[in-house]
Amino acid sequence: MEEIRIEREADIVAVRQRVRELTKEYRFDQFEVAALTTAASELSRNVWVHAQRGIARIVVLHNGKKVGLELEFVDHGPGIADLNRALAGGFSTSKSLGLGLSGTKRLVDEFDIDTEVGRGTKIVVRKWKKEF
Amino acid sequence: MPSGAIPILKLGSTLLATIQIDLHDTVVDSFQNDVLEEIERTGSNGLIIDISALETVDSYVARMLANTGKMAKLMGTDTVIVGMRPAVAATLVRMGYYMEGIETALSLEEGLQLHANRLKQLHPPE
Repeated sequence: MEEIRIEREADIVAVRQRVRELTKEYRFDQFEVAALTTAASELSRNVWVHAQRGIARIVVLHNGKKVGLELEFVDHGPGIADLNRALAGGFSTSKSLGLGLSGTKRLVDEFDIDTEVGRGTKIVVRKWKKEF
Repeated sequence: MPSGAIPILKLGSTLLATIQIDLHDTVVDSFQNDVLEEIERTGSNGLIIDISALETVDSYVARMLANTGKMAKLMGTDTVIVGMRPAVAATLVRMGYYMEGIETALSLEEGLQLHANRLKQLHPPE
């Protein structure tokens, strides 16, 4: 497991780059690489914009022959008051299209979110490499 | 003056901006201003944004690109985004973002051709 602290805007790029390196190292295809790096970018930006600081954890998953990547984002920011609305999309905040969460969900295989107003947000996503 | 993180070149009556680096949000913001100022300064009536080097275009960058095109349009300049990679196109559409209202072309050559054709329509030969 690797951890990257998110406390500056440049850390969004750092998380994205590390995810790109790992997905290429484990030979995900270009569509999977783009999906995972974009998900990493959206979720790191959420942390930066809404909580100003947090942690990204990156884990390479092995399940039998299957390889996957897990990304976890934890912050102690304001939390999401209307989760259904945020996940439905079109819920726009200053720095997003309103597609941050709903869009990210469509890019990954598994998406878990735990949020509490005033306490913070934890989001875990997983994507498995396609086997041929 | 342009901040210079993204080079903006003048090719005849067209401006060409080639994005070659992994974009920080602040670079994205300054690029938008730079390109609009360059349109005014050079009087260009076409803008091409080459994103063929970009491996990741997230929703923020996508919106910035689309908005830059809309801003340029208000100034009277048409924008073509060229060279979007297959994985970038697939990712944006899967997220639900379609870059509506933005013209795209496969390559820089095709983007230049689009502008040339438009200029011919505006100023048909006598």
